Amino acid sequence: MWQFFHKLGSPKWFFGISTRFMPWLLMSGILLLMAGVVWGLAFAPKDYLQGNSYRIIFIHVPTAFMAQSVYIMMASAALVTLVWRMKLADVFVKAVTPVGLVLTFLALFTGAVWGKPTWGTWWIWDARLTSMLILLFLYGGVIALDRAINDEKSAARAVAVLVLVGVVNIPIIKYSVEWWNTLHQPATFKLTEKPSMPAEMWVPLLLSVLGLYLIFGWLACIRMQTEILSREQRTRWVKEFVMKGKV
Amino acid sequence: MAFDSFAAFVSMEGHGPYVWACYAVFFVLMIVLMAGSVRSRDATIESCRRRYELQAEKSTVAAAPTTSASFARVNVSQD
Amino acid sequence: MHPIRKKRLTIVLFLLVGLSVAVGLTAYALRQNINLFYDPSQISAGEAPVDVRIRAGGMVEEGSVVRDPESLKVEFLVTDYSASVPVEYVGILPDLFAEGQGIVAMGRLNNEGRFVADQVLAKHDENYMPPEVAGALEKASQAETKSAAENAKPATY
Repeated sequence: MWQFFHKLGSPKWFFGISTRFMPWLLMSGILLLMAGVVWGLAFAPKDYLQGNSYRIIFIHVPTAFMAQSVYIMMASAALVTLVWRMKLADVFVKAVTPVGLVLTFLALFTGAVWGKPTWGTWWIWDARLTSMLILLFLYGGVIALDRAINDEKSAARAVAVLVLVGVVNIPIIKYSVEWWNTLHQPATFKLTEKPSMPAEMWVPLLLSVLGLYLIFGWLACIRMQTEILSREQRTRWVKEFVMKGKV
Repeated sequence: MAFDSFAAFVSMEGHGPYVWACYAVFFVLMIVLMAGSVRSRDATIESCRRRYELQAEKSTVAAAPTTSASFARVNVSQD
Repeated sequence: MHPIRKKRLTIVLFLLVGLSVAVGLTAYALRQNINLFYDPSQISAGEAPVDVRIRAGGMVEEGSVVRDPESLKVEFLVTDYSASVPVEYVGILPDLFAEGQGIVAMGRLNNEGRFVADQVLAKHDENYMPPEVAGALEKASQAETKSAAENAKPATY
């Protein structure tokens, strides 16, 4: 098991294996996302209360869900960086932070546009929206901190500490709608219960969540490859890859 | 189909601007993110290639006078 | 596991636990400030300050909405099914505003215990369904209460 763990930490091994997976991730991701979006926009029935404005859910929930999952993945990688000093973990954190930032922004933006016709306001300082805004600032802070420190190793550690400190925000986002009074409604999907929407609504939603997940996987791979190439350009395998095109 | 006509689909009973604005911003940002990632990977590869070519040129220039030396000097890569 | 790594892991986990406890206690201490609104039972129990801008939230009580025919003035009761508070508001209500629907109102509580709102937001729940299903459910629940009432009648005689 430890051997596998060490192999996983090898940038060269990762580069080779991710190149093989990436086309599949991208194709299936786009396919699933488009299926979910088209189904949700054109074929799912409208909501009895909100009418058609609820169709924003088919991108709002995937982006909000991914914004939080990406942060949890980053926090796990940060733990690995701090404890095992694995290079690839730090590469992952650096590669996906901008993706997390964009996803969080999209979740907030789509939420605001959805809030206007349903609640009657773009923004309200309730616990859910505020904690989500803090997540946006956390992503921004991680990027800024990384840019501020020149030395690669100290940057990796400082970023890992910040990411781990910020992880307390994730349960706050998740449970804000249950612990406090908020304008935002509780979660439609719960692990233990049936979703509180019919199948013709939650199946397309699930498709777009899965699709965005796979597209994130592709984005993570390609961005990690970029980071690995620029860090390892002195090694022989990178030279061979750049000049001959294979790993 | 949940709509009777294409016009109904676009207007979404008055919610059209909200729904379409969301989807437009979503797709634009996702495409920018994806295209940007591909481009920065290509740019990194290109800058590496230029670096290696520059190094190769330098080493051949440095190696050129030594060819006139009579001693067998073998260029072995040290990395 | 290597002892150094074990030590690092313990330190990191220890710090995380400490941090979570600190954040948890802070959030607990500030819970009333984090709550977006007071609910009707809190207001009728006198927990909400008078003549300070606050938010009140709850369900619009069935049959309580009175619209002024000459102006945009609306009066209704907000309830959490254990207490209710009268609310008055002048302005345009959100589309989702209806009897039996959740709202959050912003405004001041006056001395007579009436809530004078200057903004009313609609709050919806996590349930989504097609209109036909919602209609069918409504009918079913009406039929149930009707039959329950009919069944209950003979018992009262």
